[in-house]
Amino acid sequence: MRTIRFLLEKEFRQIFRNRAILLMIIVMPTIQLIILPLAANYEVKNINLSVVDHDHSGYAQKLISKVTASGYFKLTGYNVSFKEGMKLIEADEADLILEIPQDFERNLVREDQQQLFIAVNAINGVKANLGGAYLGSIIRDFNKEIRSELLPISRFNGAAGIELTSSNRYNPFMQYKFFMVPGIMAILVTMVGGFLSALNIVKEKEFGTIEQINVTPIRKHHFILGKLIPFWALGNVVFTIGLLVSWLIYGIVPVGNLLVLYFFASVFLLAILGFGLLISTFCDTQQQAMFIMFFFMMIFILMGGLFTPIDSMPEWAKVLSRFNPVSYMIAVMRMVILKGSGFKDILPQLGTMALFALVLNTWAVINYKKRN
Amino acid sequence: MSNGYAIAVNQLRKTYGKEQFVAVDDVSFHVDKGEVFGLIGPDGAGKTSIFRVLTTLLLAEKGTASVEGYDVQKDYKQIRKIIGYMPGRFSLYPDLTVAENLNFFATVFGTTVEENYHLIADIYVQLEPFKDRRAGKLSGGMKQKLALCCALIHKPVVLFLDEPTTGVDPVSRKEFWEMLKRLKAQGITILVSTPYMDEAALCDRIALIQQGKILSIDTPENMVKQYPEQLYAIKADQTYELIKALRKYPEVLDCYAFGDYTHVSFKHVFEDDLLRRYLMSEGLSQIEIKPAVPTIEDYFIKLLKS
Repeated sequence: MRTIRFLLEKEFRQIFRNRAILLMIIVMPTIQLIILPLAANYEVKNINLSVVDHDHSGYAQKLISKVTASGYFKLTGYNVSFKEGMKLIEADEADLILEIPQDFERNLVREDQQQLFIAVNAINGVKANLGGAYLGSIIRDFNKEIRSELLPISRFNGAAGIELTSSNRYNPFMQYKFFMVPGIMAILVTMVGGFLSALNIVKEKEFGTIEQINVTPIRKHHFILGKLIPFWALGNVVFTIGLLVSWLIYGIVPVGNLLVLYFFASVFLLAILGFGLLISTFCDTQQQAMFIMFFFMMIFILMGGLFTPIDSMPEWAKVLSRFNPVSYMIAVMRMVILKGSGFKDILPQLGTMALFALVLNTWAVINYKKRN
Repeated sequence: MSNGYAIAVNQLRKTYGKEQFVAVDDVSFHVDKGEVFGLIGPDGAGKTSIFRVLTTLLLAEKGTASVEGYDVQKDYKQIRKIIGYMPGRFSLYPDLTVAENLNFFATVFGTTVEENYHLIADIYVQLEPFKDRRAGKLSGGMKQKLALCCALIHKPVVLFLDEPTTGVDPVSRKEFWEMLKRLKAQGITILVSTPYMDEAALCDRIALIQQGKILSIDTPENMVKQYPEQLYAIKADQTYELIKALRKYPEVLDCYAFGDYTHVSFKHVFEDDLLRRYLMSEGLSQIEIKPAVPTIEDYFIKLLKS
């Protein structure tokens, strides 16, 4: 116990002497939590639309104004030929072309049928997908309006129609920040904990100080614990900062119990710190540790369900994400903060995380060799 | 394996990498209790590898080694409690202060600075004014003194000093060896390595080591006595020309630059006048010839060439 106390004293001294790191630990999550949720928004706006109008009729005008009034589209071109419209796409000034054929209005009234053509620039997949879908739904709406205008009311009433109304539970206004902030908080805690621990033992190797430690009777698990505990405390500080920022800036107050949240975050930190320390014991230089940690961070974040739901990933990716501690953290954060899940609800995740923590830390202790 | 020696090394062998680069090649030696034993050799001779095996940081491939009767492989835990190690590279925490480093290492060994202060008192006095300075900001000589303090603070039975004076100024080097003498007086066994031949003479016994092999083990005095030929120190106005001329001279057995002089040994007889005339005919002037007392460096060079 005495040894651990002195190891901790030494580690904390070193951490508090390194002003730059300390500042980064506090300032970095705050700034990122302020900027990222505002920027990482799934709602696609400002889709550049070019209209190729061969008709110039009243209906065509009505359609165009309905599209632009939706707020999703910006009319960047109004051309008379498709070729001109294509040029705008090539110059990246338009994402979508809506072509209105000649005699659009006349044929619609006379033949009850007309076709519109939409060309989508699919280089930006998300924008293209959503843009096409938005435009489609606007046109459907437009279609309904015309039908009610043209068809006698009695006949219209006779047609069966299903109307859908949905309610968004736990996030009634579908605000992306409610969805993103807990996820980004999970990522920040992961980054701070993962990188600090991954770089730490390897730093002692680079400085040669580990030689001096290795010839002393310090036990291996004491040494690892001496590294684990300070970063665990720092991770909890970062987590608290995150909760404060999301409350002050976004007004997000966890629906669930704070204790449940902290308890899970603590176990998660043990796992991610163990992972960092394990990397540290494998590497010889800080550069190596940095690159390896980056590799895993990318996978953890992109396959963690922050941006794209894990359920829509291919089977193999779903299996992989089960070994991704960050995916559990993101899921639990959202469960507790948005849905108010309790201790019982997160038990499966908690159990898995505890297992991660145990395995990774034991592996780190075993892999840290005092002699080679 | 109790043998009464402070350190016993028996046919130790260590190779590195796929190429099986031999760092330590069947090395055997022993160090008596209370002795100052020097491993003398150039960089890359294998000194550090021997140190790392003895301090339980490295596993040897073959052979055995023991410290105070404890086997380095089996009883490494006991060894770590009784040795002090000062690696060649400064390896204390640069972001902790002098006092913090010392306290930390005392605690790690379960002791306090006060308990063994008498051991480091003479050295620590010089460090005292800087005790709140971070170790990384100390000068080279001060760093080395702090490292020695940290290696001594738990009252080790055997002290391992790997090139303690490399990169240290001559005055500090001299001071350092005086400190070692005082430590020896306290009964601490010291194994020290150095590339400096002048420091070899300050050890009780030395082992000359080259390319992982020990060439000779003896007291410095005996080594010097064993030098077979009479050695001369010759000087002239142009050193390079002088060596070139001497190499052509049929009677010369060996010659090499040694400080300002050139050390020369001869095959049979040496005639001052004859040599002087020859050198003058080679265009050299201000010729000075005198008998020289061989040093360990001369002996080492002799061993390397034979």
